[in-house]
This record gives sequence, structure tokens and C-alpha cells, in this order.
Amino acid sequence: MKYELSPLGDSAVIVQLGRVISEETHHAVRNVTDYLQDNPIDGMVDYVPAFSSVTIFYIPMEVIQGHSYSKIASPYEIVCEQLKERFDNITFTKRKESRTVEIPVCYEGEFGADLQIVADHNQISVEEVIDIHTSGEYLVYMLGFAPGFPYLGGMSEKIATPRKETPRTSIPAGSVGIAGSQTGIYPIETPGGWQLIGQTPSILFDIEKDPPTLLEPGDTIRFYSISLSEFKNMKEEQG
Amino acid sequence: MKIIKPGLQVTIQDTGRFGYQRYGVIVNGVMDQLAHRIGNILVGNIGDEASLEMTMKGPEIEFEEDALISLTGGDLSATLNGQSVKRWRPIYVKAGTVLKYGACASGCRGYLTVAGGIDVPVIMGSRSTYLRAEFGGYEGRALKSGDQLKIGKRSDQSKKIFDQLAHTDQPFVESDWFSASDWGSENTDQHVIRFIPGREWSDFTEESQRLFTETEFQLTPQSDRMGYRFNGERLERSEQVEMISEAVTFGTVQVPSEGNPIILLADRQTAGGYPKIAQIASVDFSKVAQLKPGEKVRFKKITHQEAEQLLLEQEQNIQQLEQGISLKLR
Repeated sequence: MKYELSPLGDSAVIVQLGRVISEETHHAVRNVTDYLQDNPIDGMVDYVPAFSSVTIFYIPMEVIQGHSYSKIASPYEIVCEQLKERFDNITFTKRKESRTVEIPVCYEGEFGADLQIVADHNQISVEEVIDIHTSGEYLVYMLGFAPGFPYLGGMSEKIATPRKETPRTSIPAGSVGIAGSQTGIYPIETPGGWQLIGQTPSILFDIEKDPPTLLEPGDTIRFYSISLSEFKNMKEEQG
Repeated sequence: MKIIKPGLQVTIQDTGRFGYQRYGVIVNGVMDQLAHRIGNILVGNIGDEASLEMTMKGPEIEFEEDALISLTGGDLSATLNGQSVKRWRPIYVKAGTVLKYGACASGCRGYLTVAGGIDVPVIMGSRSTYLRAEFGGYEGRALKSGDQLKIGKRSDQSKKIFDQLAHTDQPFVESDWFSASDWGSENTDQHVIRFIPGREWSDFTEESQRLFTETEFQLTPQSDRMGYRFNGERLERSEQVEMISEAVTFGTVQVPSEGNPIILLADRQTAGGYPKIAQIASVDFSKVAQLKPGEKVRFKKITHQEAEQLLLEQEQNIQQLEQGISLKLR
């Protein structure tokens, strides 16, 4: 497995693991983050996995502690050395264990406000849009944009639809949308330009939980259709 | 501490929320890390206690019990019971005293640090207010009139400073020792911001690289804790290549297709997909945080290694200040 290291300013390093969005690169990203979780480098405060990279944040002063401090000591160089040592020990494998998370979605009424737009754009029926959306398996590549917001791969091009020209100023938490050939779920209320096709009663972000998000990078998710009354029941069960 | 008038978006912040960016949870935290950190050192706080961050217009606050405070960051014309007070030093304040802010005289962000810190629940390792997700700080929101803030337990160091100053009939006593307010090392020009070339620096045309380093950029009013947007010469890449989103950080300078640079700040998203022309050197973050709309800056290119050395020097200066205060209190 190849990688490239480059600085993001004076307190972070980007490990580039590929140039395209692919499942193979995603597995490399997960191998690196799993390894870092168990074998952190000196002074590391955070790491952020993305589609084809992992960024590691560190405190330069902590990195050089324990190393003979001189005018030429470069925290970045020490970090790179430590990373190279670690990466020599990683065997890059396709991970076998992967969670599958089932996400109930109500596509009815206001929840599916833009279903007709998606259907018209792709010259299919609303029912077909729902069928296609619920028959796919989606891979969580990364979380970002909002807490717990999943960047998903695997949506069928048959329901790909451009974003709204004017974004909505407020989209309720749990809204399921389509933007280009991506699909995703808004975990918290936020403005946004995605075409809304449904809403899930599942809670994607909860500060009381550890981790605070329902989904994690590497999860596989499936959507299944529920009725409005099922949606209401699930909401009530959550209290 | 009781909030009498709220000021402009006054929030509780600490250094920030680390370890949760992989879940899409933003770092948050103070805009001016240096002012916040020096403030904590001046009142004897051990570690990273939460302070109040105010922008342009500070609040009016009544102290309900005796306190040891410091005011750092921009000059927002603070007064205690109507008398002006100095920044960058510990101040003993008697119960009943009212802290009030006036016009913004220089900089734009002020910090009020209290011995013991502002006591709000720690959520995911931080007391910082995350406004959009409505958690952290005081009920996840900016302060309002009538809010009452609890103050945490004073450290031994804080008690020593407190005891040194707490002999008075006056509403407050300022310490005669203080910290320098200028931590920008040799770079004293407030409007020169140093940067390291960003990941996509070489994707920009030579002309754009030249314009970025040789012309002025003006901060626009469309700027907030998430990012500072600048107006200036249009910056262009040689080719419009679609990018794959990756992590960004404080001080990352992105250029969207319309060609104006944006410096990402405390409330930035965890990842971004715009080309990064530059990364502001950490040593100048404090300067950036104190810029206000309408001000003009120049960006000065330095090497990665220079940025590291400047940061380590600044760090050593701060440690010297800490040691100096400890010696004074022995």
C-alpha cells in the first residue's frame, strides 16, 4: 500500500492513501485509523479520516518533548518518522467485519417533498425512486459537514438529481436527501440544498452517547420504507 | 456572575473539542487561543478553563461573589463600576462590582477569564459552545440577560494571587505585574499575516500566487467564527480539477471558484473540498482572530520550518511567563 505524507500547516499532517474514491482506498483509510487508535503518535490530539486520506493533528511542543530540543528540531519531521515506523507494521487488508445498520425511512407526504422532482428528473415513477433507494447498500465513507452526517457511496445513478438551485433555510433533523449521485441524512436541523425524499425517525447524533453518532465510517447501511404511522410510533418510543 | 446585558453573541469557550472530528463534530473553541491561554495563566488556572468570548461589543456583568479575573484580547473598553480597567493582568473584584464594556477600541475579540474557570458541563471533553448543534457552553447558546454563571474551584496558584490582591475597600484592585500584550514575536505589523503554501498552492497560476502575496485583501462583513471571507484580486487555478474532500484546520485558506480567499476558523467544518492556497502559520492565529470587517491585510509567505520555529519560540515565551509568575508567588 502506497501513501504520501504532507503537512497541513505546522500542527497537522495529511496521509494521502489514494487519488480516487474507492472501496479499496476506504479500507486503507480504515486500516490506518484503526492502527492509530491503538498506537497513537506522540502529541496526537485528533485524527480525521476522509475519502482517501487521514489527517493527524498534533501539538508540536508535545512532539518534541523527549527529543533533544535544538533549533533544527522539526516536530513535523519527528511525526513523519513515527508514522513511517507505524506504517511499516500495518498489513493492509480488506476488513471483514463490517456493521450493517438498517435505517427506516418514511417517504410519505411532506417528508418526501422532492420525490416528484427526483422522479421527473430521471423519468421514472415515485414508487420506482423509493424502490431503487431502498434496494441499495451504501457504504459510509466518512462523517462530516454536520455531526454524524454520513458521506455515502453506492447510490444508483438512476435516481441521481442535481441539488436545489436555492437551498432551504431549514431542513429538519432526520431528513433523507439526494444531491447529484449522493444520498445522505441530515442529523441535525440545518440549511441545505439537497432534494428531500424522506425522513427517518432514527437519531443520528446524540451527545449522551459514546460515540455520539449512530453511524461510523466503514458501516454499511440499508434504507427500508415505513408508513407514517410506523414513523410516529418509532418517534413515540424514543420519548 | 450574573449577566445584566448580553452584548453581541457572547459565548463560553475553551481550547476546543478534540477527538470527535471523525464524527463530524467541529472543534469549536476560542478564536484567539493566545489571549484565552494567557488569561488563564494570569488568574492562576491550571490547564484549560473556560472563558467568556465576546466580539465587538461585550456584556454587562455583575459579580455576585469576590472573584479574580483577567481581561485579554482586543480592547473593548472595559470598566468596573465605571472606572476603566487595564487588560493583560490579574484583577481582584469584590462582590457587587459591575463589569461593563464600551466601544471596540482595538482588535475585536475580548476574553474574560475567571480564577476557577466558568463552570458549565463538559461535553465530549470540552466546555465550548457549539451554537449550530445547540450544545456545550451555557445551554448550547449565546448568553442572555439574567443568565447566572457558576465559577469553578480556585487552584492553589489562583488562591495565592487572590490573597495578594484582596486587601482593599475599593471595588477592585489591579495587579502591578502583567503580561505583554504583543505575542506576535518580531512580526508586530497587525496587518501582515504569515502563511505556509497550502496543499494546492502549485495548482494556482503564477499570477494568482503573485497576487496573493503582493496585493491587499479586505475582510468582508460576511465573516464569522466559521470563516473570514476576503475581497481582493481574483485567484485562479490553472485547471479546474474536482477535489476529494479532506480534513481542514484552523487557518486553512480555501479559494472557492469565485476566486476570493476564505480563512477557516474555530467553527469550521471538519472537512472541505475547495483548493487550499495557503495555511496561516499558527503563530499568527491570534492576529487573524482580532481582525475586523473592513480591515486590510497582506499575506506573507514563509517556510514550513520557519512556521514551526516561530511557534516553538512563542511557546517558550509563554512557558517563561508561567515560570515568572510562579517565582513571583513563592
